[in-house]
Amino acid sequence: MTESTSTDLPQEVEEPMATVAASASSVGGGPAMTPAASSDPASIGAEVVFDVRDLDVYYGAFRAVRDVNLQIHKKEITAFIGPSGCGKSTVLRCFDRMNDLIEGARVEGKVLYHGVDLYDDRVDPVEVRKRIGMVFQKPNPFPKSIYDNIAFGPRLAGNKENLDDLVERALRQAALWDEVKDRLKKSAMGLSGGQQQRLCIARAIAVEPEVILMDEPCSALDPIATARIEDLMQELKAEFTILIVTHNMQQAARVSDRTAFFTTEINSHSDTRTGCLVEYAPTNKIFSAPEDERTENYVTGRFG
Amino acid sequence: MNDLIERTDTGELLLRDTTRRSRRVRNRLASIWMTGSLIVAVVPLALVIGYVLVKGIGQLTPDWFTKDLPAVTRKAGGGMGPAIVGTLLITLTAAVMAVPLGILGAIYLHEYGGRGRVARLIRFMADVMTGVPSIVMGLFVYTVWTIAHGLSAFGGALALACLMLPIIIRTTEEMLKLVPDELRLASYALGNRKWRTIVTVVLPASFGGITSGVMLAIARAAGETAPLVFTIGAARKLNLSIFDGPTTSLSVQIFGNAQTPFEAAQARAWGAALTLVAIVFILTILARVVSAAVARRHNA
Repeated sequence: MTESTSTDLPQEVEEPMATVAASASSVGGGPAMTPAASSDPASIGAEVVFDVRDLDVYYGAFRAVRDVNLQIHKKEITAFIGPSGCGKSTVLRCFDRMNDLIEGARVEGKVLYHGVDLYDDRVDPVEVRKRIGMVFQKPNPFPKSIYDNIAFGPRLAGNKENLDDLVERALRQAALWDEVKDRLKKSAMGLSGGQQQRLCIARAIAVEPEVILMDEPCSALDPIATARIEDLMQELKAEFTILIVTHNMQQAARVSDRTAFFTTEINSHSDTRTGCLVEYAPTNKIFSAPEDERTENYVTGRFG
Repeated sequence: MNDLIERTDTGELLLRDTTRRSRRVRNRLASIWMTGSLIVAVVPLALVIGYVLVKGIGQLTPDWFTKDLPAVTRKAGGGMGPAIVGTLLITLTAAVMAVPLGILGAIYLHEYGGRGRVARLIRFMADVMTGVPSIVMGLFVYTVWTIAHGLSAFGGALALACLMLPIIIRTTEEMLKLVPDELRLASYALGNRKWRTIVTVVLPASFGGITSGVMLAIARAAGETAPLVFTIGAARKLNLSIFDGPTTSLSVQIFGNAQTPFEAAQARAWGAALTLVAIVFILTILARVVSAAVARRHNA
């Protein structure tokens, strides 16, 4: 790292620290359904949705991520942060078995979802994805009408009645209804990037999943659209468990209850990089009193 | 580095480079060349259509569409009804066979086969088939079908289907390639199965392109002569049966009539040519309208 960047960065990290403190207090004193999630490190009261045990992910012979152990709690927002290539998106895709679609990808270890291993032979990945929704980095609405985008999932499930109500409810939940209610039959491609991303969230919600995975949902959006998505996440937390991968530390600090920090290790013999989980704790702890030096270096901007 | 910038005036340099005479001359020459190429390409096309129109329009009376072919080609009279119906019937039968097969084949190649060995082999064979001369396809169908079952519209349709199939496979595969993977992922993430993703997302998104490819194949097949000469024979009267007995087509009539030294027959060939062009033209427009309507319904 060069001289100039290392002197620039600490100024930037003043802000996340400040926002952590602010969000921690506001979350703690805010909605009742997050019982002091960010202030109490233990918070064992929250039900565990996912229990990840010794997860390794391989692409062919290459081990992309090793030894991930963590638990995801119900109706919380869990953020995965870390430098590029640390495997945070790879781990996220293990939660809805989207890794199955990548040729050569192989998963070892267990991802227990309410006690059932998602990688059990008897588990149908399609059924997994009906319960665990996903929002992608780039907004990817179907080239269909707004209405048809939202109704897509319910129609698959054979739901033909009350589609109108369902669509309206999903759009309201995604804070998009007022903007699109007069043009439901118009193409979704005509929406702005931020609206498209909220449409994708609405589309995921319409299937009524328990968990929503978000893979850098704001990285293609401007700050205003980003703020709207972040607000939306706070509202959705009342009903859904949310996992978010983000490059943006401030975002993790602002929205999440818990944060997992991943990093890369260079394998000395093969010159490849393997991602690993460094630290997983309540968000305010990760940002204010991390236990691992690598976490501290990352969140204070000295590395990555 | 600093010295260099101080010594040369950057703005001056920029102006000189962008307005340099030789650059402008080359730019102009390239533009003229491209425009000229376009005109050269359009001229024969316009001439062909114009010529066919002028020479053939006189033939298009009501009788032309309804009457049977004349018994004696050297005299004027009669119509082209059996050939028009024959062309439509044969092309339609060929399309019914080739379009579903071709689209399903392309779906296999792109969505399932990928870069596997089988898919690569099929793709290669399709490319080879695109290059097979139509007369060879006609001979092939003559040997495997016509010898055993006699002349019929179906034999011609078989040959045309063989010609259409590789075109449909390759154009459809290209269109499927254009559908972004993000859409497939979005569909899978909603708990949609693969076959249903193809039916509900991939095919609707590529419908317009696939229609164009299919139309290209149909237009090509409708004008084929060589494979039909072997397989459908030469009927003079209307034959509505697909499997039974010889029939005729516009392309075969053009071929036959144009070869004769008689003026009436040659005029008939021009009329048939115009009718064929018109049929292909109308089919293409119809396909455009249909695909635009479908696209509107989907993308509204």
